Amino acid sequence: MPRAFARIAAAVAAMAILAAGSARAQSPAEPTPPDVLVKNVTLEVVDILQKDKEIQEGSNAGRKKVIALIETKVLPHFNFEAMTASAVGRNWAKASTEQRSRLNDEFKTLLVRTYSSALAAYSNQKFDFRPLRAKPTDTDVTVNVRVLQSGAQPVTIDYDMEKRPSGWKVWDVRVAGVSLVANYRTEFDTQVRDNGIDGLIKTLQSKNRSLEQPAATASTAGAKK
Amino acid sequence: MRWARNLVTALLLCGAAGCATTVGSDPRDPLEGFNRAMFSFNDGFDQAIGKPISTGYRDLVPDPVRGWVRNFFSNLYDLWTGVNNLIQGKPADAVTDWARFAFNSTLGVFGINDVATSMGLEKHDEDFGQTLGRWGMDDGAYLVWPLYGPSSMRDSLGLIPDAYADLVLRHKPGGVAAAAWTLRSVSRRADLLDASRILEEAALDKYVFLRDAYLQRRRSQVYDGNPPRAARETPRAETEESAPPVPAAAPAPPAASVAPTVEAAPAAQEPAPKHAAPAAFEAAARMLEAPAAPAASGG
Repeated sequence: MPRAFARIAAAVAAMAILAAGSARAQSPAEPTPPDVLVKNVTLEVVDILQKDKEIQEGSNAGRKKVIALIETKVLPHFNFEAMTASAVGRNWAKASTEQRSRLNDEFKTLLVRTYSSALAAYSNQKFDFRPLRAKPTDTDVTVNVRVLQSGAQPVTIDYDMEKRPSGWKVWDVRVAGVSLVANYRTEFDTQVRDNGIDGLIKTLQSKNRSLEQPAATASTAGAKK
Repeated sequence: MRWARNLVTALLLCGAAGCATTVGSDPRDPLEGFNRAMFSFNDGFDQAIGKPISTGYRDLVPDPVRGWVRNFFSNLYDLWTGVNNLIQGKPADAVTDWARFAFNSTLGVFGINDVATSMGLEKHDEDFGQTLGRWGMDDGAYLVWPLYGPSSMRDSLGLIPDAYADLVLRHKPGGVAAAAWTLRSVSRRADLLDASRILEEAALDKYVFLRDAYLQRRRSQVYDGNPPRAARETPRAETEESAPPVPAAAPAPPAASVAPTVEAAPAAQEPAPKHAAPAAFEAAARMLEAPAAPAASGG
C-alpha cells in the first residue's frame, strides 16, 4: 500500500523538478541524466497538451500544434539516424547517402504523425516514472515509464537511450513491449526485397501523403464529438 | 468446441502438407495465406459492424458508465489471473489478484469501481497462453482466428482453459451470458478505437504490422514486461553490413555458436559472396528462435 503514497510523492516531486528543470538543463559539464530528461520532457509536453484549448478540441489547428510540439520538444532528444538505420536493418549498408537521408526524412514524418495521434488520444492518465536501474558509467540504458489507468494493467513505455556527445538520445521506444523499430523492420525488409530501397522510399512517401489528406476530415469528425 | 478442434487439426495437417499458400517468407508465419484471408475477413467485419457499434457506444454512453462496465468485467477476470499467476510460480501476485477481487467486489460495489488500484494493489495481465509460455512452450505458428483475431498455436491452446474459466461464458442462463459477452466485446473494442486508428496511420501493411506487434507483445507479456535483452541485437547506425554478433546474441555453449557459422561459410562460397550476410543473418535468427536446437546437436 505505501506504493500509492510513494507515487503521489513522486508526482509532486516531478512537478517541482519540472519547475526547476529548464534552468537545470543548461548545466554545462554532465548532460541531464536520461531518466530526468524523460520525466521533464514528458511532463512539459503533457502540461501543454492539457492547457491548450485547440489541442483539446482536436481541431485541425490543434493537430498542427501537436506536431509542432513534438518537433520542438521531443525530436531533439531522438537519434533518428540510428532509429531509421535500425528499422531498415541489413539493407541500410546498401543505401547511398542520399537514400539514407530520404529514408530518414520520410520515416521521421511518419513517426511524428503517428506519435501526434497517440498524444491526441491522451486523456489525463497519470505517469509513474520508474527509478533508473543503471550504473553511473553506463552509456546505454532503458528508461521505464508506466501509464496508469483504472481497471487495467499499466501500459509500459520503455525508452532505449544512448549517451552521445550532445546528450542522451532515444534510439528505440517500446510501448507495451512492442518495439517501434523492430515492428517496422519486417515491413521495410519486404519492401526492399520486392521493390528495392527506392521502392521503400516511394511507399513511405505515398503513405505520408495519404495521411495528409484524410487527417483533415478525420480530425474534424473527431471534433464534433 | 468440436468444430474448433477439427479446425485446429485441419490446420496442423494443412501446415504439415504445405497446402497453405505462402505469401511472405517469415518463418514465424507459415500459414500466411490462410491468415491473410482471415485478417481481411475480420477487418471487413470490424469496419461493417464492430467499429460502428463501439463508436456509437463510446459516443452515447458517458465516460464514467463505460468505466464501470470495463471495471466490472476486468474484476471478474482477476480470479483467473490469480490462478495463472499461482501456477506460474508467482504466489504473491496471485494473492494480490484475489485481494483485488475481494476489495473491488465489496468496497468497489460488484467491481464497478477499481478501488484496489488506488490502494496500491496493481492489476496484472495473465492468461493461459502466457502460462504455457512461462512453462517454456514456444509461440508456434502465428494464427488468425475468424472474428477473434491474432493468436498463435500456443495461445490458441491457452484459449481453451481461458474459455472454460470465463465466468461470463459459463453464466446460466445462456441468454444473459450472450448479452454480457456482447457488452464486454463492445466495451473492449471501444477501448481500442484510438489504438486502431493509430495502427491505420502507422502501418504500411496492416497485416504485417499487427502480426509483429502481437508476437512482440506476447513475448513481453510472458516475461512480465522484462524479456531477455538478447532479442535486441539491432544493427546500429554505424554498424556496417556484417553478420550480426552471433556469440553475443546467444550466450549458449560455445559449440552451439560455432556450428551454424561453420555451416553458413561453405554455403556462401558457392554463390556470390553477397549471400554470406543473409545466410548468417538467418542462421542467427533461427538460433534466437530455437536456441535449444543447435544446443541439442552440439551436446
